[in-house]
This record gives sequence, structure tokens and C-alpha cells, in this order.
Amino acid sequence: MWEYTDKLKDHFLNPRNVGDVENPDGAAEVGSIACGDALKLSFKLDENKRIQEVRFKTFGCASAIATSSALTEIVKGMTLDEALKVTNQDIATYLGGLPQEKMHCSVMGKQALEKAIENYLGAPATEPGTRIICECFGVTEKEIERAVKENNLSTIEEVTNYTKAGGGCGNCHDAIRQIIERVRAEAKPADRPKLTNIQKIRMIEETMEREIRPTLKQDGGDIDLIDVVGNKVLVATRGACATCKASDITLKHFVESRLRDLVSPELIVEEVTP
Amino acid sequence: MKIVYLDNNATTQVAEEVLDAMMPYFRDFYGNPSSMHSFGGQVARKIREAREQAAALIGASPEEIIFTSCGTESDNAAIRSAFAAHPDRRHIVTSRVEHPAVKALCAHLARQGYRVTKLPIDKNGLLAMDQFERSLSADTAVVSLMWANNETGVLFPVEQAAEIAREKGILFHTDAVQAVGKIPINMKKNVIDMLSISGHKLHAPKGIGILYVRKGTKFSPFLIGGHQEKERRGGTENTPGIIGLGKACELAAKEMEKENTIVKSLRDKLETELLARIPNSRVNGSRLFRLPNTTNISFEYVEGEAILLLMNEYGICASSGSACTSGSLQPSHVLRAMGVPFTMAHGSIRFSLSIYNTEKEIDFVIEKLPSIIEKLRSISPYWNAVAQACTSQ
Repeated sequence: MWEYTDKLKDHFLNPRNVGDVENPDGAAEVGSIACGDALKLSFKLDENKRIQEVRFKTFGCASAIATSSALTEIVKGMTLDEALKVTNQDIATYLGGLPQEKMHCSVMGKQALEKAIENYLGAPATEPGTRIICECFGVTEKEIERAVKENNLSTIEEVTNYTKAGGGCGNCHDAIRQIIERVRAEAKPADRPKLTNIQKIRMIEETMEREIRPTLKQDGGDIDLIDVVGNKVLVATRGACATCKASDITLKHFVESRLRDLVSPELIVEEVTP
Repeated sequence: MKIVYLDNNATTQVAEEVLDAMMPYFRDFYGNPSSMHSFGGQVARKIREAREQAAALIGASPEEIIFTSCGTESDNAAIRSAFAAHPDRRHIVTSRVEHPAVKALCAHLARQGYRVTKLPIDKNGLLAMDQFERSLSADTAVVSLMWANNETGVLFPVEQAAEIAREKGILFHTDAVQAVGKIPINMKKNVIDMLSISGHKLHAPKGIGILYVRKGTKFSPFLIGGHQEKERRGGTENTPGIIGLGKACELAAKEMEKENTIVKSLRDKLETELLARIPNSRVNGSRLFRLPNTTNISFEYVEGEAILLLMNEYGICASSGSACTSGSLQPSHVLRAMGVPFTMAHGSIRFSLSIYNTEKEIDFVIEKLPSIIEKLRSISPYWNAVAQACTSQ
């Protein structure tokens, strides 16, 4: 049984703004019956170009219905510019949170809103050149990029939870991994909060545990963190890495670049003999 | 709120008589059945009685009964033992619709280099027997086919399949977790080598199961430890669980007729009425070769989890094969293997009854469900178009 909040249950049992707006200014439909959820959204503007009436119809689970209902409540009275700034995270927060596996429901609400606005503005319904990455669920590169960026995702599993991409046949996993790496590399270091020494050491430890050691272990190697002095990360290689001629390259190109990407761009990795 | 429990393929209520039989063995007779003193010895006698009760339900001899911790353990023990008995063979034949206990184990074996043949089923959920026969080879160590499907209740002809395997010298295992206690089973009249049973599916508690191993079958233990279960399953016996399961088997034998008459007619009433009252609904799986207690019905253009949660508001408990209930993104592997269209698969609900259900409860569900489906269809973007198309014809 899912852990749904009372607010979510209320929006599921008593959904607000169900139906179709008559003579809408904008309307759109996203999702499909094959994926198990679909959402139809239509809206009408008042004389001040604010959303006067917005209605939805949803095929899907309880959280798909509740997030649709929540979205309509959130954007009612907003200008289109304001409405476009609503993120899937805002919808989840409005409902007091969503189970991880259900985050894609809130993404669907946001997509429907955007498409409906595009429809009003007369822009093409689908942007040219938007490449579909996940064929099973029709998820585009742009959608994955945005989910990774806005929610700071780092694994394929997380991307699947948010967008559904990669949840079917799995053929697109490599492509998703590349998008994650590219988006995370692009994230400006300036955006990162300044780390205290303790935070930095903790993050280095966590990153090594999560991102680095599993990869090295696949090749029979391993690595230990010995110390952190300023921006110098002192490590000792173990197992196959300790005797591997290419371990210098591994340290610089893999360990150092991962730590620079994920912790701080100033880090320098050095090997010490324990 | 009164609970209407129609999810008995998930788990069942522990029978009053079973609980009564178990209670003294928690508090008063806590001795270890392996002990030398008579305080422990009296528990050993009681376990012997439970073994006889369990054997009697399926027409086995008591020494063919190995008590385990659950159906999953029984399945794992059986399949791994078959490979241990034939270390030169690397192939297993199973079906596409097995319970995860077998399905995931086979996937694990495949990663270790074993060859796995997953037999397809037809649109009614029935096994293709000619394909089955062709799939067997000199490299096949074991066949593992479920007796009854947990989602649809559809029965496989395992007794017939076991004979074909026997002729070719291949071990045959069946996961009979859903079948035992619901349909008559007599191991004297078939050649199945190993059979798994789960206590909590037949009104015994969770945490107890059985692996039946036919006399003369080579067996290599899954849990290695003490001498318990004739060294076929180490670990101190779950004495209250075993005694409870023995009692549950005795009750199941007594209630077998009721299961196949009264429970069956309640199931049939539920099914017929729901299909009649709710348009665009259908039964998944053969209605002919099926457990007496199960019906799996799809309601088109609505989603299963939403149906379950609205039924939950009335205290009605059932299950769904929809993607959203499992946390995966695909609807049930069983319905997909049957080729049930996605519009139907996402809205599938499994009702599974027991001898404790009443006609009043069934009438309650028949009364409530049509408005639940109607409510969800009224907010579904697909329904309007379909409904309009139908009325304009």
C-alpha cells in the first residue's frame, strides 16, 4: 500500500475541477492508455489574461488523479507566465509529498499545462528536433534533461521514477546515463553552495562509496580514503588497482573527475602509500 | 468499518480452530521436539500428527512432507535440489506466468549461465502442451510449472505434464500454493516429484510452508544445519506453525466440497452480476479450467489502483494487476503474457474468495462496484468518446 498523504487522498476522493472547459482558450492531452495514465487539460482566460477556469480529465491511479486536481487548484487565477513557472515539485509539495515511484504523475500534470499553453499561444504542439529517448513511454530528451536538472537526479532509477523513461524494455538506459552525466557536468559550480570542511569530507566519502568504489570493484579493484588536506584528497588503491599499471589514469580520469563533478571542482586526488 | 475480504489469494484469515490448536505451543508446550525429555517429546508427537494431517490432504505419505518457512523457500529448495541432483544438466523449463518465487529464481539462474525456457500461454491463460513437450531435452534438469495461477486462477495440466517429463527422466516440480486446499489433489494418482505449499493461503499462519518430495527422489537440502526433517531442512521446527498448518490441512480436506460448491457459486454470482451491470468489462483467463474461488475482471478505461482505493473506502479488499499497484511501470506479467490489451490490463481487479465469505458480502460488492467504475469513468478522458460511439450505433 502506498503512503499517501491525507491531502492527496482528499484530492483523489473529491477531485476539483473535473471536466472539459467549454470553448477553451487552450487545451492539450498527454500520456496514453498504454502507459497507464493520461491527462486532458483545458483552460479559459479572463479579461486580465489570468486563468479563470481550468478543468481536467485523468485516466490513471490515485496520485495521477490527485496531482491533476492539485495542479488545477494551483494555477487558477495565475497569468500564463506564472503558471509556466509551476514545477512538478510544487505540485508534489502542495499535496504534502508524493511517493518516489509516483513522481512521474506530477510531471505529467506539468506537461499537460505546458502543452495547453503552447496550444493557446499557437506554438506547435511538439517542438521540432525533440528526440524521443524512451520509446516505450515516449519520453523526450528535453523532458529527461529537465527532470534531472530540477530534481537533481543522479541515477537511471530516479529518472525512471520521475519520467517513466527507462521503465520498459531498458534499451534507452545508456542514453539516459549520458543525459544525466551531461546535465550534471553542465551544472555550474557557482550554483553549488560553499562547503564547510566537514561537509566536504562527508561528500567525498559518500561519493566514493556510491559512485566510485562499485565501479572499481567490478574490475576487482578498490580504493580507500586516507585523508583530506585542503583540496587534496589522499587515497590508497587496493586489490587489482594497487598493482595495475593504469591506476594513475584511473585516479586522474575517473576518481578525480567524478569527485570534481560531484563535490568540488578544486579537488586534486593523490595516491599515498599507507 | 466492516471488512469485506476478497483477497484470499494474497493471504487468508487464520481459522479459529487453527489458532486454538496453536496457542498452547507458544506458551505451555514450548519444548524443543528434539529434546530427550518428555516435555519436548510431547511436541514431537504433535508434529508427527501435523505431518499426517498434511499428508492426508494431498494423498501423500507423512515422510514425503518437509516443513519449510514458506512457499518461496519450498520453490527455491525444489529447483536448486533438482540441479544439485543433476550437476551435468543446465536447463530448466518453466512458464511465463509463474509466481515471483519461481520467476525471479529462474532469472537468477539464467544470470549464472543456466538455460531457461519460459513457455508461452494462450489468450485464455492455458499452456501450450505441444511446445512443452518440444522444449524438453537431455540437458533439462527440472520442469517447474504452477498448478494454479495466483492472478487468474487458471489451472495448468501439471499431472499430464509430469508424466511427459517422467518419460524423459526429468524431475517435475509444481508450485501448488494456490491450488492446495481449493481443488482435490492426490499424489498417489500422479507422478509429480516435488510440490510446494504455503500455509497462509489455506487459513494457517504466515511463516510456514511445505515441500512435498516424492519417496525415492534425490533431494539435496536448501538449509543445511541440524538433523530436523530427516536432515532435509535444518533449523529448529516452527512448532506452533507446523501444528497450525496440520490443523488447517485437516479443515481444508473437510471444506473441499464447500469450496467447490458454495464458494464457487458465490464467485460465479459476483462475476456474472458485475459483467452484467458494468459495460466494457471482461473476465481474464479461462472460465472452464480455473480455481473455484478466483475471478479476474478488467474494467476498460479505468485504472486498477484507483478502483482499489475507492473500494477501500467501503472496506472491500481485492488486488489489481495494474502497473501502479506494483511500483513497476508495466501491468501484470500474467496479463501481458495472455495478450490482454493495455486498455484492459491496467483496469484489472482480482477477487479471490474463501469459505468465510457470505452472500451478503458478495451482494454488497455487486451493489457498490458499478458506481465506483462509473465515477472513475466520468473523469477518464477516454470514456466519453467510447460511450458516445456506443450510443450512436
